[in-house]
Amino acid sequence: MADKATPVLQLTGVNKSFGAVKVLHDVDFAVYPGEVTALVGDNGAGKSTLIKCIAGIHPVDSGEFFFEGRPVTINSPRDAAALGIEVVYQDLALADNLDIVQNMFLGRERTRGLVLDEASMEESARQTLAKLSVRTVKSVRQLVASLSGGQRQTVAIAKAVLWQSKVVILDEPTAALGVAQTRQVLELVRRLADTGHGVVLISHNMNDVFQVADRITALYLGRVAAHVPRSAVTSTQVVELITAGRSGDLGLSPATTDNHL
Amino acid sequence: MSIHSHELKETAVKVADADFAIDRREHTTASAVRDYWAKVRAGELGSLPAVFGLVSLIVLFTALRPETFLSERNIANLFVQAMSVTILALGLVFVLLLGEIDLSAGVTSGVCAAVMAKLMVEAGQPWYTAVLAALLTGLLIGTVIGLLVAVVRIPSFVVTLALFLGLQGITLRLIGEGGTVPVRDEVIVALANDNMPIWLGWTLAVGCSILFAASQLLRRHRQRSRGLIAPPLGLVVGRIAVVTAALLGITFLMGLDRAPSPTVVLNGVPWGVPLVALLVITATFVLGRTVYGRHVYAVGGNAEAARRAGINVTAIRMSVFMIASTLAAVAGMVDASRLNSVTPDAGAGNVLLYAVGATVIGGTSLFGGKGRAIDAVLGGLVISVIANGLGLLGAQAYLNMLITGGVLLLAASVDALARRRRVAVGR
Repeated sequence: MADKATPVLQLTGVNKSFGAVKVLHDVDFAVYPGEVTALVGDNGAGKSTLIKCIAGIHPVDSGEFFFEGRPVTINSPRDAAALGIEVVYQDLALADNLDIVQNMFLGRERTRGLVLDEASMEESARQTLAKLSVRTVKSVRQLVASLSGGQRQTVAIAKAVLWQSKVVILDEPTAALGVAQTRQVLELVRRLADTGHGVVLISHNMNDVFQVADRITALYLGRVAAHVPRSAVTSTQVVELITAGRSGDLGLSPATTDNHL
Repeated sequence: MSIHSHELKETAVKVADADFAIDRREHTTASAVRDYWAKVRAGELGSLPAVFGLVSLIVLFTALRPETFLSERNIANLFVQAMSVTILALGLVFVLLLGEIDLSAGVTSGVCAAVMAKLMVEAGQPWYTAVLAALLTGLLIGTVIGLLVAVVRIPSFVVTLALFLGLQGITLRLIGEGGTVPVRDEVIVALANDNMPIWLGWTLAVGCSILFAASQLLRRHRQRSRGLIAPPLGLVVGRIAVVTAALLGITFLMGLDRAPSPTVVLNGVPWGVPLVALLVITATFVLGRTVYGRHVYAVGGNAEAARRAGINVTAIRMSVFMIASTLAAVAGMVDASRLNSVTPDAGAGNVLLYAVGATVIGGTSLFGGKGRAIDAVLGGLVISVIANGLGLLGAQAYLNMLITGGVLLLAASVDALARRRRVAVGR
């Protein structure tokens, strides 16, 4: 494992409260290039909040962000995108009435003068899909409405990759998919890491996590319970980390977890 | 259990037609026709209902009034009658694309026409000042609607319903109860009452045909040379043939003498027609080929997706109301020209219903995200043919209202059913 490599994205001591509710407590989090980091935790553990902080949707109360070792501040989705952080949300954020090319370039259309440069966008979209070995799409000019769940997920991921992104965050990408489609998407997730991206995979599904992740970060009630290489833990241990915040020697101290019970 | 790169295996599932199969396939006219039919069956009706409706109505009215309906004079009338409803509908296309509605577009046209007429008649301003003032009035009204809908987030239905009532009050205040402001300015009156010289009509028609053909062929050539998806030649040529035939046919028909008495000559394309054409072409360009247009469709299809893509959804929402109200101002002035006057009830009554009907009949969806500028023209023609034909039949006003209402309901039903079909087959 590339433990000594610089993380492409590193967060230290992140705190976030919504009013009186403290959602994130001193969270440390790191994403390494070429690796899939799984972010696991029960509902309400703070996964979504953490992601939204990284994406610039929620400003953090305190804590530091480092991107490729440099300290950075992320105050808006635009800042995150400028750094090369792309988020693929669970509800995909695709417009059904537009085709694949139009969706992939949405908000960042290429133009020649006043006019949309459809030719160059169509070429790039097809190249990106081909690079990710996406083989199930009939035509890049298909309306997104006509795609299956797995294909939509694929387009959403390809959209994130199109922008020379360095960190791709995937929020439950297999939640609504069947067996074959799940496998296709997981292969795509793996391929993303193999092409040098730092990938964050949020998932509830231990199968998915153990198939593709290199590292696992478990959140428990807004704290990082453990940040471990996948090879060092078993599925049972991760489930314990998610549900109880500790598992044997791993995880939060009993005092911390009991405080919340 | 893991699938790291070295052991990556292709999934056994192979979907037929996968791997960009359609993109690689050479498109022939036959395959394009098959694709089109498949789209229609899947609920992508496009202009089909409007064209079908237009043809059946023309056949019906020609059968019922063979001498008058297809006479040169009536056809010219039809175009003039269709102008303002088409312009109004064109503005509504933008609003409907976002799934919003502007119920006040009709009365906005009335207010703007009143502003123009008052400035010319009472303040003695030249026509261009008056026209500019009317356009700015439209823009202002659109801005107010846009702010209330996009920033304050009141449903557009409520905002524009309130303005529908309020703006009629402004028109009434400007013109006075029972009053009429006559419009006598030569330029304004000419818009709907005068015709282009024959040579100019032909020049424009031939010029537009050539430009259209060139742009279509050039685009296809560029697509093919870069290995992109291009329509088959037969389809492109067919499209060019239809447009050219329509342009030249109309110019020819309008070139025939249509004066009621043999002593005078009345011929040529009405001046308003190139104005409408210019607006429709501009709107088509803006919606289809610019970033702004793409963003309008995106916001109409999935506002949340658009927002996350960094599109300023509020600005897009505001802009469509500004466009609709400004085009409403143009429609109001065209109507003032046609009627040679502005009355307190200008743009009230069923003007808006007609315009909404036109867009929906043309194929623009009330659910947002789907529609084109040309829909306004096709729908505007259908609405005008109904009004004109029923007029020739001497149908009573109540029947006119019943039938027009029925046609709107029919078009909305077709839209809703086609949408259900699209959802069912996942388009």
